[in-house]
Amino acid sequence: MTNEIVKDRLTERFGDQLTGWEGPYGMLTCTMPAGINMEVLQFLYDDEQLRFRFLTDLTGVHYPDRKGEELCVVYHLHNMIDGIRLRLKTYVPVEKPDVFSVTKLYSAANWMERETYDFFGVNFVGHPDLRRILNVDEMEHFPMRKEFPMEDPTRMDKDDEMFGRGSTVV
Amino acid sequence: MRGSNEGLMSEQNQHIQLSDESVAKQTTTLNLGPTHPATHGVFENILEIDGEKVLSAKQTVGYIHRAFEKIAERRPYYQITPLTDRLNYCSAPINNMGWHMTIEKLLGLKLPKRVEYMRVLIMELARISDHLICNSVVAVDTGALTGFTYVFQWRELIYEIYEEICGSRLTTNMGRVGGFERNFSDVAWQKIDKFIEGFPKVMKEFEDLLTRNRIFMDRCIGAGPISAERALNYGFTGPNLRAAGVDYDVRIAEPYSSYEDFDFKIPTGTVGDVYDRYLVRNMEIWESLSIVKQAVEKIKQLENSDPAQKHVFYAPESDKYHLPPKEDVYTKMEALIYHFKMVMGEIAVPPGEIYHGVEGANGEVGYYLISDGGRAPYRLHFRRPCFIYYQAFPEMIKDGLLSDAIIALSSLNVIAGELDA
Repeated sequence: MTNEIVKDRLTERFGDQLTGWEGPYGMLTCTMPAGINMEVLQFLYDDEQLRFRFLTDLTGVHYPDRKGEELCVVYHLHNMIDGIRLRLKTYVPVEKPDVFSVTKLYSAANWMERETYDFFGVNFVGHPDLRRILNVDEMEHFPMRKEFPMEDPTRMDKDDEMFGRGSTVV
Repeated sequence: MRGSNEGLMSEQNQHIQLSDESVAKQTTTLNLGPTHPATHGVFENILEIDGEKVLSAKQTVGYIHRAFEKIAERRPYYQITPLTDRLNYCSAPINNMGWHMTIEKLLGLKLPKRVEYMRVLIMELARISDHLICNSVVAVDTGALTGFTYVFQWRELIYEIYEEICGSRLTTNMGRVGGFERNFSDVAWQKIDKFIEGFPKVMKEFEDLLTRNRIFMDRCIGAGPISAERALNYGFTGPNLRAAGVDYDVRIAEPYSSYEDFDFKIPTGTVGDVYDRYLVRNMEIWESLSIVKQAVEKIKQLENSDPAQKHVFYAPESDKYHLPPKEDVYTKMEALIYHFKMVMGEIAVPPGEIYHGVEGANGEVGYYLISDGGRAPYRLHFRRPCFIYYQAFPEMIKDGLLSDAIIALSSLNVIAGELDA
């Protein structure tokens, strides 16, 4: 089992719906449209050859500069039998961050999706109990988004633009 | 006085409006946590119990959430190591090494064998200390305090070894990108030898105390079981998954830090109950001890074949990431510049996206790092095994006894720091 086989098998099934193929540090990575994320994961789970049946990780990333695809949901899947990993991404606009929940497929996704909702505001459609998990329920914003700087943006003494990112620059 | 109290009571009675559901129900709602001594950490379970039988559990987590992922986006890489300490603080060195290895993978650094063996040695000691705590706490929760106090002396010795190596005990901040900050001292080696020599006898006695103890067996066998399928579906890794019968171990599946040079077994259980988890952890302690011995042996061999190896404790090509010796900083211009640049977090990390997983004491600890070439990560996500498998707790304790729920929780080894990040 190699990355090429996985890629061929996925392309055979989903054609050019899957884009952005790359393999940073040996891990096959691709992007899928938000509408078919559940289909892709189900296929990867059921396929007798691929057998990606373990959800290692599910998290979000915020790219404020990418218009229309600001939020990214990242799935790390693992085929433990053949010892191969796969990273899948799906981008959604921040105004309508709807992604299908994969809790039906993986019980593990429950809290990971809640965490991603809690910090990035991704709306997982079909999640049984989409509430905040680590932050207080009353919180009104999604703290891992880049518009929330770590420190008080009016403080100049901690602004270290000389060494990369400044406190207000995201 | 008495009269006024009665007045208060009746007033309260008038104001309390219980829902019909609450009046009618025949079961008891019980708060287990967040500060219950038997939960060994700050997490809350609202149990619905019928007599002693657990009907359902509602979990609340996040009591000690410290926003590490957000903080990491503003920290230079070397300042993130102390954050990793505070995930699973029972085996901080594994988290530290995992983080260093993630950056090394991103940089493409290759470490000398001696450094990798030193890392293996320290990671296995950390695993022993973590498993010791977990198993002895399972015993405490069944009512046997003796084993706990007995093995704690040896955890203390492991902490002393940490102290000799890095200066601190619990939150170690051990090692640097490319190796260690300093070589292991002679005292550290002596203490490691002392541990290898003295620990087996103690471990044997600890096992004699519990493994075939009728009371302990009756309490643990069949408590909080989980099948292999459910465990995999719930994202279990580490000893808890292996207790359910799946022999997945990152050290074997994707060897890092030269684990492929070592000879060890992966113990597995069958039904995934508390007793299986206890046995798997005990077996792993023996395997880890064997790895520690092998590591010491291998390091000795390296030193015997080439005495210069004695002074190798970081990768020579990692000069740009490793603080120069103090005497050089005071006397040499280049060393001073490098020192300044490194302390200010100005090391060149290429843009890239990487996932690196290591076998932590509780399972696969993963670091998902996106670098945009800046001094801090663009995004850093920790895969925390506790957070993922703790979800299964209500399913595991359902229809069991309340006392089974307590030991199921301690045998899962849920560490609040890792749970809440």
